[in-house]
Amino acid sequence: MHTDGHLPAKFGPYGGQFVPETLMPALAELEAAYIALAADAAFAAEFSDLLRTYVGRPTPLTRARRLTAHLGGAQIYLKREDLAHTGAHKINNALGQALLARQTGKRRLVAETGAGQHGVASATVAALLGLECVVYMGTTDIARQQPNVQRMKLLGAEVRPVDAGTRTLKDAINEAIRDWVTNVRTTHYLLGSALGPHPYPTIVRDFQAVIGREARGQMLDALGRLPDACIACVGGGSNAIGLFHAFREDAGVRLIGVEAGGAGIASGRHAARFADPALGRPGVLHGTHTYVLQDAAGQIAATHSISAGLDYAAVGPEHAFLRETGRAEYTFADDDAALAAFQLLARTEGILPALESAHAVAEAVRLAPTLGRDRILLVNLSGRGDKDLDSVLHALKEREEPRT
Amino acid sequence: MSSQRIHAAFAAARAEGRAALMPYFTVGFPDFDASVAVLRSIIEAGADLIELGIPFSDPLADGPTIQHASQIALNKGMTLTKSLKLVQKLRIYSATPPLIMMSYTNPILAYGVERLVADAAEAGADGLIVPDLPLEEAATFEQACNTHDLALIYLAAPTTTSGRLTEIARRTNGFLYLVSLTGVTGERAALPADLATFVRRARSAAHTPLAVGFGISNPEQARLVGELADGVIVGSALIRAVAQAADPAQAAHDFVSRLRGALTAAGDPGSRAG
Repeated sequence: MHTDGHLPAKFGPYGGQFVPETLMPALAELEAAYIALAADAAFAAEFSDLLRTYVGRPTPLTRARRLTAHLGGAQIYLKREDLAHTGAHKINNALGQALLARQTGKRRLVAETGAGQHGVASATVAALLGLECVVYMGTTDIARQQPNVQRMKLLGAEVRPVDAGTRTLKDAINEAIRDWVTNVRTTHYLLGSALGPHPYPTIVRDFQAVIGREARGQMLDALGRLPDACIACVGGGSNAIGLFHAFREDAGVRLIGVEAGGAGIASGRHAARFADPALGRPGVLHGTHTYVLQDAAGQIAATHSISAGLDYAAVGPEHAFLRETGRAEYTFADDDAALAAFQLLARTEGILPALESAHAVAEAVRLAPTLGRDRILLVNLSGRGDKDLDSVLHALKEREEPRT
Repeated sequence: MSSQRIHAAFAAARAEGRAALMPYFTVGFPDFDASVAVLRSIIEAGADLIELGIPFSDPLADGPTIQHASQIALNKGMTLTKSLKLVQKLRIYSATPPLIMMSYTNPILAYGVERLVADAAEAGADGLIVPDLPLEEAATFEQACNTHDLALIYLAAPTTTSGRLTEIARRTNGFLYLVSLTGVTGERAALPADLATFVRRARSAAHTPLAVGFGISNPEQARLVGELADGVIVGSALIRAVAQAADPAQAAHDFVSRLRGALTAAGDPGSRAG
């Protein structure tokens, strides 16, 4: 397939490898190992066996009957990544990369985490494969995602707090990269989203593409047709790219990415890279050229979202490309809309979504009533919301209190 | 002008039988005026070349000391535009030392690559180091730097394979920056054990002087590195010395003088490669 022994490093003008020279040989080694492994039948068999017997794939497709009836428009289906082991889609990529690390002889994993879902997934696969695992996490995120911090520790990972910058995902990635630069000979950087330097955006997409492959087949089996739109939240964008990839040639299927609108675009306190031309412009963050929230001087902007997993200044480079080509469209849901969608899904379907996934649900809530009952929306429910109970209860309390 | 000034600086040090001293300092730290005063005293104390660190919010190749200095500088309103004004001031102050700007990619993209390179050359800078810009991404930077005669200086690391090292050595301008260790900037108790091997490997590939940076923390380490390489870069240790001092300019002068003294004492004319 890739006869020259390389994968494309860019998606149109986006992507690339903007990293210190120290890491360039490691990226080349990773790319070579991935190409070799992708063509290896034994690896494919082990990976798919673990996805089935350990992760619990395929995850179900759920018809959201009561939500659909409540909204009174398009029929809504949920791809249930929240039912994957560890409670989110992150495990798909973590497992694939950990097997890759083992293949390259790296016994130590470093990972970053925002909401903690990727950290938990990394700690889990490290335990499964007997690897050492260090997870960097911003102190703001540690405070709002305590259950996941405890889970990582119980799984045997070391959680290193990052008290720099905005103390969120961006700063955790900085520290993970610094660790990787220092220990590059022994350590694999288990990057959790479709971000960072080539070949990460491609590798992460490929490991997450199982979401869309399954969902597309499940749609055809259940309904004999494809959905009218696929909807997924976009932080770095791994669950979205994982869903979209299988549908990219299906011209009739709209691909809709939902960014975090935070406190509203006008407030400047958000993580909507595509929605705010004042802050979101092409630039370079964490090794990749993509849309980045930044000030006029090119300093990375502080971001805000109720959801830690979407609270990040850059978007995966393939999303920038899909937007530019018009194949995918991007919108946003703000904190209030996500919170309302969280409650609505809980009460109509008995599912507590992750606050990240609640942004995708919010877009379905907005879109469904505008469409006919013969239309179908496929929403990626990328994770479960147990980790978010503190954040949700706190936010609800805040909104109930009379404003003075 | 640019490459010639860099060439002259290394040649002058070589003529004295010692390695060139290249202090690194974050511009705008602890504020604009104080950093100008510090950099002037660094020149007075005998620096041969000066590396000017342009602050960035997410400096992923830097350790805690430079991260902290960068954040303070940004909090005080330092920008790339103001950094160019600082370059201009230093160039008016002294025509001698090459001024090398070090900036991460994103502030340069925001400013405009071509425009930044033109304005830097105009302000009196001689070289540009971009720590997150490997060969593969550097085409537009190389073109602009060639047009405006600004030396684009590449970094090589201990992990750099021999094929890459040859290509990096071929494409660098002015000098080759050797990252002494696998890691970020910041002080270390000891020099990496494989440094001599790495410098030898680079020497056989290079047509320019070799300068070593990252982790060089005191005069004794500078002396040891000066025996291996043509240039010695010291950043975090200098910033820490300045940050702790009541009189930053005086502290910078004292520390740079000691580094320079260590290199001078190590001088041994005739042993150095041309």
